Amino acid sequence: MNDAQPLLEVRSAGHRYGNRYGCRDVDLDLWPGEVLAVVGESGSGKTTLLGTLSQRLSLTEGSVRYRLADGTVADLAELSEAAVRRLWRTEWGFVHQNPADGLRMHVSAGGNVGEPLMATGWRHYGRVRAAAADWLQRVEIPVDRIDDPPVTFSGGMRQRLQIARNLVVSPRLVFMDEPTSGLDVSVQARLLDLIRSLAAELSLAVIIVTHDLAVARLISHRTLVMKDGRVIESGLTDRVLDDPQAAYTQLLVSSILQG
Amino acid sequence: MSTALDGYNIGYLDEQTKRMIRRALLKAVAIPGFQVPFASREVPMPRGWGTGGVQVTASIIGQEDVLKVIDQGADDTTNAVSIRSFFAAVTGVRTTTRTDEATIIQTRHRIPETPLAAGQTIVYQVPGPEPLRFLEPRETETRRLHALADYGLMYVKLYEDIAKYGHIATTYDYPVMVAGRYLMSPSPIPSFDNPKMHRSPALQLFGAGREKRIYAVPPFTDVESLGFEDHPFEPQRFDQPCAVCGSTGVYLDEVITDDKGGSMFVCSDTDHCERAAAALTHSGAVSVEEVTA
Amino acid sequence: MYVAVKGGERAIANAHALLAKRGRGDSRLPRIELAAVAGQLGVLVSRVMTEGSLYDPELTARAILQAQGDALEAITLVRSYRTTLPRFGYTLPVDTAGLPPQRRISATFKDLPGGQQLGATFDYTHRLFTHRGTSGTTPRTPRVEPEAHGAGPEMPEMPRVTDLLAASALIEPDHASGAGDPEPGDLTREPTIFPMSRAERLQALARADEGFLLGLAYSTQRGYGGTHPFAGEIRVGEVEVEFEAPELGFAVPLGRVELTECQMINQFTGSADTPAQFTRGYGLAFGRSERKAMSMSMVDRALRAGEFGERIVAPAQDEEFVISHSDNVQAAGFVEHLKLPHYVDFQAELGLVRRLHGEFRSRVEEKPESVLTDPTDLAGARA
Repeated sequence: MNDAQPLLEVRSAGHRYGNRYGCRDVDLDLWPGEVLAVVGESGSGKTTLLGTLSQRLSLTEGSVRYRLADGTVADLAELSEAAVRRLWRTEWGFVHQNPADGLRMHVSAGGNVGEPLMATGWRHYGRVRAAAADWLQRVEIPVDRIDDPPVTFSGGMRQRLQIARNLVVSPRLVFMDEPTSGLDVSVQARLLDLIRSLAAELSLAVIIVTHDLAVARLISHRTLVMKDGRVIESGLTDRVLDDPQAAYTQLLVSSILQG
Repeated sequence: MSTALDGYNIGYLDEQTKRMIRRALLKAVAIPGFQVPFASREVPMPRGWGTGGVQVTASIIGQEDVLKVIDQGADDTTNAVSIRSFFAAVTGVRTTTRTDEATIIQTRHRIPETPLAAGQTIVYQVPGPEPLRFLEPRETETRRLHALADYGLMYVKLYEDIAKYGHIATTYDYPVMVAGRYLMSPSPIPSFDNPKMHRSPALQLFGAGREKRIYAVPPFTDVESLGFEDHPFEPQRFDQPCAVCGSTGVYLDEVITDDKGGSMFVCSDTDHCERAAAALTHSGAVSVEEVTA
Repeated sequence: MYVAVKGGERAIANAHALLAKRGRGDSRLPRIELAAVAGQLGVLVSRVMTEGSLYDPELTARAILQAQGDALEAITLVRSYRTTLPRFGYTLPVDTAGLPPQRRISATFKDLPGGQQLGATFDYTHRLFTHRGTSGTTPRTPRVEPEAHGAGPEMPEMPRVTDLLAASALIEPDHASGAGDPEPGDLTREPTIFPMSRAERLQALARADEGFLLGLAYSTQRGYGGTHPFAGEIRVGEVEVEFEAPELGFAVPLGRVELTECQMINQFTGSADTPAQFTRGYGLAFGRSERKAMSMSMVDRALRAGEFGERIVAPAQDEEFVISHSDNVQAAGFVEHLKLPHYVDFQAELGLVRRLHGEFRSRVEEKPESVLTDPTDLAGARA
């Protein structure tokens, strides 16, 4: 395995909605275990970028290359649907802003976390259940809720369940779309703490989209700032937030201090 | 001697239609367990009453065939009678109630107790061909799941059953994996009958008229009922023998005998029961009267 | 001693005899004439022809009589017969503007070329039982002569309302430009695969159950999706059916069929880059079938939501849901099949439930305090 190669290599990536660009000319490299925050206001193109990288939206320009677990580098545009599905089952995760989009709301918590395991061939009920229980503990959901469906959970607990469901197959790359928006501030902090420690523990690469610079500050190593579909600044998070170079970034950062 | 109903082709369906159905059957046999869409025709019985099975039988039946039709395992249930007389009328083919004499057996909800032999064809009537339908209502999505062999959803259902009831809660139309590739609905046979499908020497054809799908399991194909290693598939078990013929290890019908809920259990397979009961009497062993006294 | 129940064949034969007797009714009364059904129950005949997908008023009348008035049973008879008929080709597309209509109304304009022609309609009748004389006939309603419009006995020109709007590009064209003229698919000859083309959908809707479409159309008017429909034009009349025989090389008329056509004018679309245009919904049925044609046109438009980028939020907009459940022959067959014996599967379920009961009772005996008093609370009992 060639460690000199990034996990994800993005060159001039862009996605067009009809005549309008959602995002354009994006370059980035993502390394294993790295947490990258993509920040911007609404309309900045950050969500489009996430969608494009995660294959939910088509890549109309540029290239996205991903280094698979076996070391080979794949051009994502050339992967078959079956290969992409396999990626999602074994190497990738996606945490939705609204947990209901990433969970089966009327299936038990255990079933939700167990499904990815069963989809990859686990055929021992006791072991599936034990693995699910283990993960519930790790995301701080009381284990006696294992048979309750997420429709009975609070927002914060649903989000933690969604994270467990994504991480149970030990993915290498997880996409997160505003995972903490819509939650109470104290719940947010706790969730971010959890994400940060899990990412470190599992050497997860994460691309997290957020409009909240504080989120980026708390958990990311590097940050990309987007405006009008383009990346206008990127670098180590602390540097970008403490010493913003682009005028827009300066505006963003200063508006936090004033707010 | 062949006879046809006035104004109708032999077997009711026109030859083009039979050819179209046979082409679908060939595809189905080539891809065991895969649901082949076909242009299901109207036949003179309502949808849901066996039109798929009827179309399959009509497309393969020939003058030399001997046809048996059962419903709930019995030759004499009203719908079996109706379908059998339909084929007698439109083909003139010989019919029988004996499983071992039939070349084609059309069935609803049971596989006969008498093991099938090479050269026999069993045609199942299927109401709902899609095993994932109640988990995922959209056809566009289930098609994709089959194409990608993405069957995690089915195991989630089994997991939920065990978490809730301690057992897998499916007792009929129990999902099976065919030739290790396609998830299939065996039709609403009780799970008791599932093991008979595994490596059967007979050709197994499935017709869903209303849903317009045909599928097949060629002879000697692996058919595995889903389960977990620690909660394996378990067919039903009956604690008592048939009250009429004394057989064990067969599927039994419960018959209510009095208004206090008293009941007795008798073979669902009427052909098997008759012959087993006759054998008992002939052998001079326990007579039918003694068994049921 | 228990004897297995036999006699299924005799039971069926007796049931058929009883059915025939019920169907005959009072034998002192004359049998209903086929021609009377065809002539005096025309709306019912229209419905059975439309959903049976076969235009043959006399055969349909036979079906209605044999079915003892059960419309769906009659439709099933017609469909079963239809499937046996030889097919020798497709007609030319019928021109619904080709022959003067018996009825033609538009809700979108007060007056229009050709005028509003009411034709034979229930619309303005008072829903009171009419008096029947002792001879059993209804009194003759005097025919009011229309004022002469100077056009004499000839029918006035009746251009289509939608054509008038289309001429000024105010409504979308009635066919996709550049798509050529592809052969329409045939649902009765090819298996249904989703997603469907509009042509296939319209076929399915034409055969669909009137009540089902009526309910769905109604739902779109009450907020479950909404298409802002205006009845652009409703026509009832006869059209010429023409067939081009390959040996002849030209089209010959085969006869006429009566059709009801409804063109709905719906919610306009448009943006900064494209001019606003009204959109269409289309309904077509055999005979006098206005309710069906109107409902069909509204559901047609609702199912086109995706084409116009509209949010799909309601059942009437869900193609798979609507089309899968719209065929009443299928629906009736499957709903009614529940009458068939299901005791083998029921026995299997009974077995499981009894087993679960047994396990529950054992748990109660072992640890009574672990079980809540409510025996249906399985979650609590598991603790």
